[in-house]
Amino acid sequence: MSTYALALRDSTTMLRRSVRRSLRYPMILASAVLVPVFFLLLFVGVLGNTLRAGLGAATPGGGAYVDYLTPAIILMTAAGSAEATAVSVCSDMTEGIISRFRTMAISRMSVLTGQLLGSVLQAFVSVVVVVGVAVALGFRPTASPIEWLAAIGLFFMLAAALTWLGVALGLFAKTPASANSMSLILLVLPFVSSAFVPTATMPVGVRWFAENQPFTHVVNTFRGLLTGTPIGNSGVLAVAWCLLIAAGSYAWARSLYNRNRIR
Amino acid sequence: MGTATPRLAVKVAGLRKSFGDKVVLDGIDLEVVEGTTFSLLGPNGAGKTTTVQILSTLLRTDGGEAFVNGCDVTRQPDLVRAAIGVTGQFSAVDSLLSGEENLMLMADLNHLDGREGHRRTDELLERFDLMGARKQPAMTYSGGMRRRLDLAMTLVGAPRIIFLDEPTTGLDPRSRRTMWQIIRELVAGGVTIFLTTQNLEEADELADRVAVLDHGRIVAEGTPDELKRRMPGGHARLYFRDLSGLEKAASVLAEASRDDEALVLQVPNDGTPQSLMPLLTRLDQLGVGVDRVIVDAPDLDDVFFALTGNAA
Repeated sequence: MSTYALALRDSTTMLRRSVRRSLRYPMILASAVLVPVFFLLLFVGVLGNTLRAGLGAATPGGGAYVDYLTPAIILMTAAGSAEATAVSVCSDMTEGIISRFRTMAISRMSVLTGQLLGSVLQAFVSVVVVVGVAVALGFRPTASPIEWLAAIGLFFMLAAALTWLGVALGLFAKTPASANSMSLILLVLPFVSSAFVPTATMPVGVRWFAENQPFTHVVNTFRGLLTGTPIGNSGVLAVAWCLLIAAGSYAWARSLYNRNRIR
Repeated sequence: MGTATPRLAVKVAGLRKSFGDKVVLDGIDLEVVEGTTFSLLGPNGAGKTTTVQILSTLLRTDGGEAFVNGCDVTRQPDLVRAAIGVTGQFSAVDSLLSGEENLMLMADLNHLDGREGHRRTDELLERFDLMGARKQPAMTYSGGMRRRLDLAMTLVGAPRIIFLDEPTTGLDPRSRRTMWQIIRELVAGGVTIFLTTQNLEEADELADRVAVLDHGRIVAEGTPDELKRRMPGGHARLYFRDLSGLEKAASVLAEASRDDEALVLQVPNDGTPQSLMPLLTRLDQLGVGVDRVIVDAPDLDDVFFALTGNAA
């Protein structure tokens, strides 16, 4: 079997392991769905009216806040999944079975790739539920089928990029608790972006950061694809950021996984 | 057997490993002949697990050479991995998966096709007495069951060389016996076993050759019998009826340590008839009445005390 076919086969096996584990332990999947739904309800039901009033011209056509918000929640779903991955990778690494995998003649990275694929799949399931809830709350996307496909494609890129970062953080952290707190940054950063409120209202320094950070470009692109707001160069930048984060995190995860080990 | 040199399953020369300032392996040499059971015996912290980790490609060496199944562990790790199976002292099963799923996972990772995978899984579940618990998650298993599942997972790939790192530590006596029986059956099937243990009895039961590891050095090597003969640890306790008998005996037995209150003399003795007879005959000739004799076989404490000057 070629190295490539071997890697594919072993990664598929590891993906099956990851899916089985999450089905057996449905709390993780449940929280991957419930946390974004909670954010959705919080921002629409509790903060929504006030935020909508402050948004003014930022929502074209006087759309409801849920239209502005849903792309942000999509982003949060991917970030939450990355956080869960970090914790799960970190606790997995302390188990003897990882040592067993390392002593077997299998594709080296398949342990991590399988985990990644499982997490991305889980993120996708979550986001389908989350968008469903958003629609129930009044979210009215205007996307054409092509735009839907583009949005789904971007979601997979984002989820893969953030999940690789989650894998790397999980390997880097000494304990699952610290993996959790390190990856919290992924859930906090969206707040300093155009995800929940437009950047135009922010003080200068914060605004500069918010306008140039990756999450803003990603969320602008989702918003444009789903609700027809202008995307500008955010689309290209969103894709570029995803690729950059994915490649950097992959390289980092790989070197962490192999440190002081025979490849 | 003829005169052909036996093939070596493991060959280690001048192996060194340090973690920071702490030297864990200080130049060890080992040879394990294919199809035999080799035991690395030593106290906690002697470097047993480190040795297994290096030989099973988990850790890099700092120096020296290590070949497993004729392949260099550093340069040809994948060839080594294809030939070995490892069961460590820390359970290497997926607790969330059932016994059957764990075994099927191994079948998939060994690239067996589906039918062969199921066949191996069923066979191993049967052989390791796990059929009844096949659908239950491994987290519900007892210590002995986990260890059996662990070893069964190692066997899915039919490895030629199996590393067992303290396979019975923490098991109850019954599970330990079961494990020993399984290991004997493996050896009968032609597999090479590299076993680490802190238990002399275990090495004695299972191993063809034993090496004693202490502070990162091999301090003795040989068959269990050779080692035991070399251990001055065994002793006979002679109980006397009165103090005069004890004093008389003590005057002729130079190496004896005496306990006047208990009326006991303790003399080094390996407990074989060949060494007990002369001792008793000699006392009989002196006219000293010995009440009774209790022979203590060398135990691990004696072994380490004798070899290293440290209690185990």
